[in-house]
Amino acid sequence: MNFRPSAVTLVFFKTFANSLLNAWPLLLAIAAAAAAASLLLLALNANPIQAFSSMLQGAFGTTNATAETLVKAIPVLFVAIGICVAFRGGVVNIGGEGQMIAGAVAGVTAALTLGPIITFGPLLIALCLVCGFLAGALYGGLAGFLKAYFNVNEILSTIMLNQVAVQMMNFLLNGPLLDPAELGTNHIPKTARIVQWAELPRLSLSLGDNFELFTRTRLHFGLVLGIILAIVIYVLLWRTTIGYRIRAVGQNERASRYAGINVRRQIVLAMFLAGGIAGLAGVVQVLGLQYRLQTDGSPTGFTGNAGFNGIVAALFGGLNPLGAIPASVVFGGLLVGAQKMQRDLGVSAALITAINGLIVVFVVSSQYYIRQRARRRLAAPTSPAAAAAERPAAAAALEQQA
Amino acid sequence: MIDQILTASVLASAIRLATPYIFAGLGETFGQRSGVLNLGVDGIMLMGAFAAFYTVFTTQSLLLGVLAALLVGLLLGLATAFVSVTLKAEQGISGIGFYLFGLGMSELLYQKLIGTPKSVTGFPPLAIPGLSDIEFLGIGQIFFRHNLLVYLAFALVPISAFILNRTTFGLKIRAVGQNPEAADAMGVNVARVRYMTVMLGGLMAGLAGASLSIALLNVFQQNLTSGLGFIAVALVYFGRWRPVGVLLGALLFSFVNALQLQASVIAPNIPSEFAVMAPYAITIIALVFASKQTEKPTALTKPFERGE
Repeated sequence: MNFRPSAVTLVFFKTFANSLLNAWPLLLAIAAAAAAASLLLLALNANPIQAFSSMLQGAFGTTNATAETLVKAIPVLFVAIGICVAFRGGVVNIGGEGQMIAGAVAGVTAALTLGPIITFGPLLIALCLVCGFLAGALYGGLAGFLKAYFNVNEILSTIMLNQVAVQMMNFLLNGPLLDPAELGTNHIPKTARIVQWAELPRLSLSLGDNFELFTRTRLHFGLVLGIILAIVIYVLLWRTTIGYRIRAVGQNERASRYAGINVRRQIVLAMFLAGGIAGLAGVVQVLGLQYRLQTDGSPTGFTGNAGFNGIVAALFGGLNPLGAIPASVVFGGLLVGAQKMQRDLGVSAALITAINGLIVVFVVSSQYYIRQRARRRLAAPTSPAAAAAERPAAAAALEQQA
Repeated sequence: MIDQILTASVLASAIRLATPYIFAGLGETFGQRSGVLNLGVDGIMLMGAFAAFYTVFTTQSLLLGVLAALLVGLLLGLATAFVSVTLKAEQGISGIGFYLFGLGMSELLYQKLIGTPKSVTGFPPLAIPGLSDIEFLGIGQIFFRHNLLVYLAFALVPISAFILNRTTFGLKIRAVGQNPEAADAMGVNVARVRYMTVMLGGLMAGLAGASLSIALLNVFQQNLTSGLGFIAVALVYFGRWRPVGVLLGALLFSFVNALQLQASVIAPNIPSEFAVMAPYAITIIALVFASKQTEKPTALTKPFERGE
């Protein structure tokens, strides 16, 4: 039987080849980051190949390692989805950390106060998620509002709001929200445990005695929520007028204004959504993993830096919520793998923060060349008719007279 | 209560704590006036702080420490300029990349090279003869018993203002930031001017870091700056892109910081978290009031491309 490519396969192949061609700057950025990491490791007297294989082992070597990788990926994924909305809307939201905290505080408060009243688990969980979303959305929306109506640089305002949120959380966890069992001088800053029916279920699969997947791991239902949310936000951004408006403002603010779009409203909306989704990251972390809100007092004590890692993952995923799914898993793997690398080779896991920074720089730098390529393609006349259309009308008129 | 707030020791520490804000803010002013927003200041400060600390820790030479911080700052400034001027990357996001790099890298090096909390002997206070003995209103104690870097920071304010407003180089910087096309047509090399301002900004950010690690605190730890560099960037907006404005903003913040250190004495009923929060919250409010931005450089964050 000989193989004949149908029209459909041809189109598919062409799109695939095209996307590969478009992805090369991203691939180059990854290669550059890997090269930089290798150089750093060499400078630190560590064998890069050993380090990378140790990381890979630590991230995906066992079922439990893979589960931990996915557990770490969940908050990163949520934040990254939110970042996609904000960045597509032209708003540089650095406030993932603060919005996540706002969501977690609201979510855990809802779980603690409503838990004894509402005994139907799914309803309670839904209410906690809604509260967390709203809190994060308002916190993010505040930065959007300040940008839209007071011309306040959103990068600076969100960074400041992060610090305010951390201190607010520390205050609440050491006072009003402190676990009553911890009252005393040397308490750990944490809330009481939430009721059992507010917990997100664990995610595991067991088919008889022979096949078990992720049993006895910490992997929870938040992963499913994150993937569903990624699809929903993808549809929202590319298949609805709401998303169209947000992206239009991000692409060209002035043109959007001439087209009659209320630019200010889109900016606030983009930050509202981005903040809300980051807020969900906080609630899911509480309901799915920790079952309480706790911190070690440091700025990233609760979030584990997910607010920043989400930015990196979003950029890595091409600012597309669906692309953010594999990107977040890669980042979860980096975070978990780095801990094994630290144990095996004695290289501090802070290496990952440095590499994350380099990835951001490389990805953003490569974007200019993607834009240039697109511009060149637009500028090149595709057919004689198109070339003629671009000729000044006066020249065409002269030709006709002759 | 007012006499507790305005004591000579609080005011003196406000003057001292203004140092890193002034260095970083002045450097950032040059970059922004030429049209480049460098958001990686905090990362450069951390790297500079570590370089200075490590050098002093190993060599005991303060001069070498300052030089190390300047060199690291200059190199990171060069990298920032390459990314935002030559590669024309989105400045807001690439700056966050540099911040994360500096945050991770300084911690990595600290873990590798030092490991346990150590301290160094930093710049000693340098009393200015005669002036430091003025008892009237505590002026001597407030202004004239500081370390060398404090005096340097304050001296750089008028010097920066002079360079920006009264020299050809300053004119070029302003032209490039206001209207790069016109500057280019007049024969100014836009890219070169921006490289120079961003590298100068890096240099100053490195110095700001050194002022923390070998003059004010004399220690190094993970995330030593805790966002101070970002406040410095905000100060440039707040100070309307003028060195004197940056100085006033820096003094406001260092005063709040100095009060925060005394908060448990002045107002023991206020939870310490609110005292720590205050500078950040005030920054947001300050940005709202500074939002008219009529003096904002027109080409800020916009890469320059020559029209064909």
